[in-house]
Amino acid sequence: MKNLVGVGVVTVAMAFSGGAIAQQNVKVGGLFPLSGNAASAGQQAKAAVELAVDIVNGKYPDVTGMPAVGLPGLKGGKIELTFADHQGNPSTGQSQALRLIQQEKVSALIGAYQSSVTFAGTQVAERYGTPWVVGDSVASNITGRGFKFTFRVTPIASDFAYNYMDFLNDVKKMGQPVKTVATVYENTDYGTSIAETLRKAIKEKGFDLIAEIPYAANTTDVSSQVLQLKDKKPDAVIFVSYTSDTILYMKTLKQLDYKPPIVIGDDSGFSDPAFIKNVGTISQGAVNRSAWDIGKPGSVTAKINELFKAKTGYDMDDTSGRNMQAMFVLADAINRAGSAKSDAIQAALQKTDLKPEQLMMGYKGVKFDETGQNTLAATYLIQLQGANYVAVWPEKSATAKMQIPFKGSE
Amino acid sequence: MTIIQVIASGLLLGAVYALFSSGLTLIWGMMNFINFAHGEFVLIGMYIAFLVVTYLNGGPLLFVGTAAVLLFGFGIVIYYGLIRHVMRGPILAQILSTFGLALLLRYLAFFIFKADFKTLPDTIFPGTVNIGGIFLGMPQLVAGGVALVITLGIHLLLKRTTIGSQLLAVSEDRQAAMLMGIRPDRMQAIAWGLSAASAGVAGALIATFYYISPTVGESLALTAFVVVAFGGFGSVPGALVAGLLIGVIQSLSAYLLGPIYKDIVVYAMFVALLWIRPTGLFGKAA
Repeated sequence: MKNLVGVGVVTVAMAFSGGAIAQQNVKVGGLFPLSGNAASAGQQAKAAVELAVDIVNGKYPDVTGMPAVGLPGLKGGKIELTFADHQGNPSTGQSQALRLIQQEKVSALIGAYQSSVTFAGTQVAERYGTPWVVGDSVASNITGRGFKFTFRVTPIASDFAYNYMDFLNDVKKMGQPVKTVATVYENTDYGTSIAETLRKAIKEKGFDLIAEIPYAANTTDVSSQVLQLKDKKPDAVIFVSYTSDTILYMKTLKQLDYKPPIVIGDDSGFSDPAFIKNVGTISQGAVNRSAWDIGKPGSVTAKINELFKAKTGYDMDDTSGRNMQAMFVLADAINRAGSAKSDAIQAALQKTDLKPEQLMMGYKGVKFDETGQNTLAATYLIQLQGANYVAVWPEKSATAKMQIPFKGSE
Repeated sequence: MTIIQVIASGLLLGAVYALFSSGLTLIWGMMNFINFAHGEFVLIGMYIAFLVVTYLNGGPLLFVGTAAVLLFGFGIVIYYGLIRHVMRGPILAQILSTFGLALLLRYLAFFIFKADFKTLPDTIFPGTVNIGGIFLGMPQLVAGGVALVITLGIHLLLKRTTIGSQLLAVSEDRQAAMLMGIRPDRMQAIAWGLSAASAGVAGALIATFYYISPTVGESLALTAFVVVAFGGFGSVPGALVAGLLIGVIQSLSAYLLGPIYKDIVVYAMFVALLWIRPTGLFGKAA
């Protein structure tokens, strides 16, 4: 009899404590190019996502201001990360996404840098009902498919195209003649998407698109592209290139002694720390886009940058920043969902409403529309002056004066 | 005017292709063996140049010389350690062994040097030579010049020296060579050493104007194969001519048709040539 009561008490106690043991870790899968031509950017993105998870898991109590720090909604649970290398290859991206979903049993995915890989990988996630948060791929087609499980935090190709045109118009008002524009773009989803939106925006805003030069990103030589540009003499050149090709372009521009008056680089290669390290001294004045700024000393962005620098040896840049921001958005949704179930996380993502003060990037907020795109994303333009990029446009966000024309190596 | 610049740039580019292809054609012609790790040998040369410049503050003679010597030794080690054994096996084993070696070297590079892109400082071969409006980058000029010298050197070595005739003897008829007192193993090891050394020199020179990253071997190797097949297996002067030709054709088609099409033109010509003349431009008949 005593034994039966004892067993009964223990059973009841277990039933109650079963409810209290709600601390469940949530597994998130990260897909990035950790080898291959974009590996340096991929490794930075991985470090950024890891740092975000450390912050959210409560490892750095003095970093306040980011949503979901401490993960109260998970009642003691933490976020666990597991990464896969897609090597820049869309079909590898798909098989790795499948592996993360089926074998590693992740509740959500984040990635994947190259638009072509993100486009392919999100198809797999959609089929298996796993939410995928896109931090940095900008090709328009990623959120144009009626998918319910793809959420993109970053601004997209068409946003940037109109930003560049507004920038060029402002430069015109400063007295620098700007009539003709040339675009040089790598030919996967990323480059062609941006080039398409640029074509539209350039025409709409009254500029003259005198040359469009597509090329393969892993090319070994770019002298013919530069010679074509030298022939046409555009007032502004917009490069849409990854890291290795950007390095080649800057070197070839110097070697063939050609300085376009305005050089705009569409993030990617121009934001990779390898760019400044390897060709920074010959690319003075290159304009880039970024929603990341280190901010004043003591601000939360400065603290995050310090932690990132201690971890990797590099400052944060727009690409690592956007991925980190996406991870914070995902963590916030996981926190509100309070569960590791993909459906709950998806529902929470759909209800995301973050204000600019809760963000580390210069967006106007985070709110997803029915296609999964953040409608409040924004960017500003930065310029390479000396060894750093400084914000030069729009005027109200500028921390330094714009230097036109492109200096190159002076 | 620009067309002349395009052709000049194409010739320089082609000389670089010839530079790293000469080693490959030597092995291919001599031993009927395809070294899929050739691109990675070039890569090792690039990293040696990087290390010598960064840590020893060495000049071009030092880093090119070091690359040549170290890779010569490496080639011999690879021969005795891997190739000699694999040559006794089926063709598939031969192909896969150097392919595996390529992957091993590439990912060792990733592990040791990380994925970051590295470049050599601009000051090694500074400036651009301006001949009447045609710009020729100094690093590319040096690489082109060295390509010519190396091609000539290997060609003379093969045709005019004793060791050269011994190498050729082994490739023609191994048994007969043995009867003449030539040790085939030693000759083939030397051939590997030479091939690796020229790849190393190519890498060290290319590093002065290209970027260094573990995946560079892949893209360079593909071009090397095309150049070697085009020029004819085993013909070192053939590799030079083919390299120059491909460089010019690539540049012209990129400029006139668009950079996207340059590879189509080159590979279409390649297929056409092999159809008409399977042994390549200067290859010896099978």
